[in-house]
Amino acid sequence: METAALLKELAESPGPSGYEEGIRSVVRARCAPFAQEVRVDALGSCIAYLPANDPAAPAAARPSLMLTAHMDEIALMVTQVEKGFLRVTQVGGFDPRVLFGQPVIVHGTRPVPGLVVSVPPHFTDPSEREKPVPLEKLFVDLGLAPSEVESLVRVGDLVTLRPRYTELAGGYAACKSLDDRAGIASLLLCLQELSRRTREWDVYVVAMVQEEVGARGAVAAAFGVAPAAAVAVDATFGSQPGLSSFESMKMDGGPAIAQGPNFHPRLFDRLLESAKAIECPHQVEIMPAESGTDAWAIQVSRGGVPCSLVSIPVRFMHTPVETVCLRDVERTARLLAELAARLPREFADSLEVRDALATGRP
Amino acid sequence: MPSQPDAPELLRRLCEAHGISGREEAVRAILLEAIRDRVDACRIDSMGNLIAFKKGTGASRLRVLAAAHMDEVGLVITGAEDSGTLRFAKVGGIDDRVLPARMVLIGARRVPGVIGIKPVHLLERGERDRVPEARQLSIDVGASSRAEAERLAPRGETAMFASEFLTSAGESAGAGVVQAKALDDRVGCAILVGLLAERFEFDFVAAFTVQEEVGLRGARVAAWAEKPDAALVLECTGANEVPSKRDVSPSTRLGHGPALTVRDPSFVADPRLVEAFSRAGSESGIPYQVKQPTIGGTDAGSIHRVREGVPSLTIAVPARYIHSPVSMMDLSDFHHTAALAREGLTRLPGALGERGAGT
Repeated sequence: METAALLKELAESPGPSGYEEGIRSVVRARCAPFAQEVRVDALGSCIAYLPANDPAAPAAARPSLMLTAHMDEIALMVTQVEKGFLRVTQVGGFDPRVLFGQPVIVHGTRPVPGLVVSVPPHFTDPSEREKPVPLEKLFVDLGLAPSEVESLVRVGDLVTLRPRYTELAGGYAACKSLDDRAGIASLLLCLQELSRRTREWDVYVVAMVQEEVGARGAVAAAFGVAPAAAVAVDATFGSQPGLSSFESMKMDGGPAIAQGPNFHPRLFDRLLESAKAIECPHQVEIMPAESGTDAWAIQVSRGGVPCSLVSIPVRFMHTPVETVCLRDVERTARLLAELAARLPREFADSLEVRDALATGRP
Repeated sequence: MPSQPDAPELLRRLCEAHGISGREEAVRAILLEAIRDRVDACRIDSMGNLIAFKKGTGASRLRVLAAAHMDEVGLVITGAEDSGTLRFAKVGGIDDRVLPARMVLIGARRVPGVIGIKPVHLLERGERDRVPEARQLSIDVGASSRAEAERLAPRGETAMFASEFLTSAGESAGAGVVQAKALDDRVGCAILVGLLAERFEFDFVAAFTVQEEVGLRGARVAAWAEKPDAALVLECTGANEVPSKRDVSPSTRLGHGPALTVRDPSFVADPRLVEAFSRAGSESGIPYQVKQPTIGGTDAGSIHRVREGVPSLTIAVPARYIHSPVSMMDLSDFHHTAALAREGLTRLPGALGERGAGT
């Protein structure tokens, strides 16, 4: 799979949280050649299964590693049709300041191109122009007659950003929903590489639904897969004007491996070792509490799942021009493949925390 | 009635072309190719106006100018930061609120870039309530150093919005809706190309003007040189129909035909021309509307004051969201504006007499 073409196809597909069918069919087709089995769970997450293939490994009691990224994207939803204009609410969290004037697709009885609009500047008071347009004063305009709009669009219809994948200089690309389609791309590249390597662990590659509305897909899928360990891949804040080096990760600096209470220390160490083994540029991201990712939900599934998070730096997050360095996507794929292919079966046991037992206390 | 076979394909090419005020050459090249075979003479003046001449049948001694501007609003690169991001300034009137999270194309090489904004997650108190000003924003082209950025986008290069030209067909009636950048005033340019297929009674001068968006500057020198007896400006004007609690009656409406400007802050239209074009609309069954006389300004603002004065009129295709990255129009208005321009011009000799304002 060629990275740019893969990322373009993924990023341009629609998949608002809870309505991921568009992107899911793409992910499913892309997984199929490399997985033994692909299934979709009750909430819609897409689960690809690649069993261990090391002939020395006994079939029973093989530990499983779950690799995840979320395939849903933030979007808008129609709340009212007024004189042919659509009022909308958010599905996930845009900054309303980036919506004004953006081209969108309204998913009515057929997809219709529209524009997010408000009262133009010529017709507003100067004081109003200094303030951002709040969501309540934004509309979607289809340019069609009111009667026609009413036959095409209903309350509850989804509105997604009009995709426009653009290659920038220096191996960068910009599009909507690179959070977290960049993660999905890295998982698909990883799955392809893993299918050619020997593995002692079973691997599940999961494209999650509904992350942007509260990691809901991850709750269900983690329960269903019941892995011995999991690594989530998400987008993190890439360095950009206005952000300090303490609150952002370096673009083109490789995957950011997260450290904090959400993550298992031994899995963290193992990721660092894997990165060093393949000389993969990487960086460490400190997350003092909630990671705001699927890893937060996966960690407390069933009796607890040792978790890690590997993040791809993305600039201008939650805007139509999310920007990523393709090398970081490829590095993330290589890192995950190296981790998954080199895990010895005993590693699963080492993940159990035995500090208390080791001190000899009852 | 002769049709306009080269619209909207010509319109699409014109809208997609890069033509920020002062850098209209790409638009001019398309127009020159489009008109070359249908005019008697054409020239490009020192400012860059493209001026075409079409001799009349001789039945009228009038010399009539029709103008449409080639330039569009956009951005200009003012320099690069050490980090490789580019600073920019606005060319023409653009609302700061539409700048964040935009894709742009820089220069003739069309180097793609994005105007970034801080992620919503990391906003500090109060930031959410402020509009980022153009001078605080920067363009990311993927460069990681000042040198690389300057190579891709030197200072002074202009940048246009990277907007798709989209058409969506209406199911009921109408010719459909166009969403595109620079409808202001590539619609006027496309209509003017169509008019050059006609041969009027009078000598006809078509001026595709430069620098309208930075002060109606090209039209002024074009009109001075051509000494017209009357002028028609073909424009694209704002329509506002967004629902609002306060009743702001729309300036113009989509689908209601060309907008006749009776007056705007830049000029007062010649009543004889208003009358001639209104009558042309009524008698030929072409719908038209009168624009609310409070906002805007067109090349007519320059042309009517040239030399001893030129009786002028502006008719415009109404479009929503002009001066933003994407504007929207009804194709029926485009065709009706072209038809009204043709019908109105045909009636001009009768309306003005033999020597325009002087008689």
